Amino acid sequence: MTPYLPSLAGGMLLGLSAVLLLVVNGRIAGVSGIVGRLLGGQQIAPNVAFIAGLLAGPILYTTAYGRPPEVTIVASTPLILAAGLLVGVGTRMGSGCTSGHGILGVARFSKRSLAATATFLATGIVAAPVMGAVR
Amino acid sequence: MNRQSFTRLLVALLAGVIFGFGLSLSGMINPARITGFLDIASGRWDPSLMFVLGGAVIVAAPGVMLQRRMAKPVLDAQFHLPEKTRIDAQLLAGSAIFGIGWGLAGFCPGPAISALSTGLVPVALFVCAMAAGMILHDRILPRILP
Repeated sequence: MTPYLPSLAGGMLLGLSAVLLLVVNGRIAGVSGIVGRLLGGQQIAPNVAFIAGLLAGPILYTTAYGRPPEVTIVASTPLILAAGLLVGVGTRMGSGCTSGHGILGVARFSKRSLAATATFLATGIVAAPVMGAVR
Repeated sequence: MNRQSFTRLLVALLAGVIFGFGLSLSGMINPARITGFLDIASGRWDPSLMFVLGGAVIVAAPGVMLQRRMAKPVLDAQFHLPEKTRIDAQLLAGSAIFGIGWGLAGFCPGPAISALSTGLVPVALFVCAMAAGMILHDRILPRILP
């Protein structure tokens, strides 16, 4: 089977999760915001609940499919650390990441999120091959 | 804690499970797939992750239309939505920095946290560095910069 169908189905689940959080709890499913608020000591219980679910997702997948999801690390340890720092600073400075801007922001047709998504896709596309050489 | 806020917790947990399962099913949790998607000139470009974003937006957009017709969410007194509308330098610079980190290791926040449950050490290192970056931005930079 091509990876397109699971990709599409998985994507639709991400959308479903975002709609659930928006319509029922009135909140944006933005992971960098959720983690950032948690680290800042705000809204601890609902954010811990969402993150617990996020951790349980791959375990449920493993149970359902009899194998864990493939996670292939592509960068060396120093690059992993540098990338983590950049992602942490960047997502808080830019008020969102792939989920908040890329899914909900785009679905809400927010100009800010469209600009943010175009920007991180562009720098990601530039960074991936450049870093591919040093990885 | 009243009954409504307890139900909200259960909904947040369920939303997290669906999100984490979706990341696993879609391949978004795999850094090799992310860099394969971002590396468009490699000659072995993997476009399948466009279907992830596409599928997510196809489902989220009608949800947003529904939300706009609602006076308040099912389990809260009001919606908690971003209020900023201006595209400013902070938004663009932050997103640019995030994209570089994303292209470098193939992890963004959701998949990285979700992949912690695989027990891989590099994933844990990434999440620690990401948390440090968030704290650096939210708490330390405002004290140093004017």
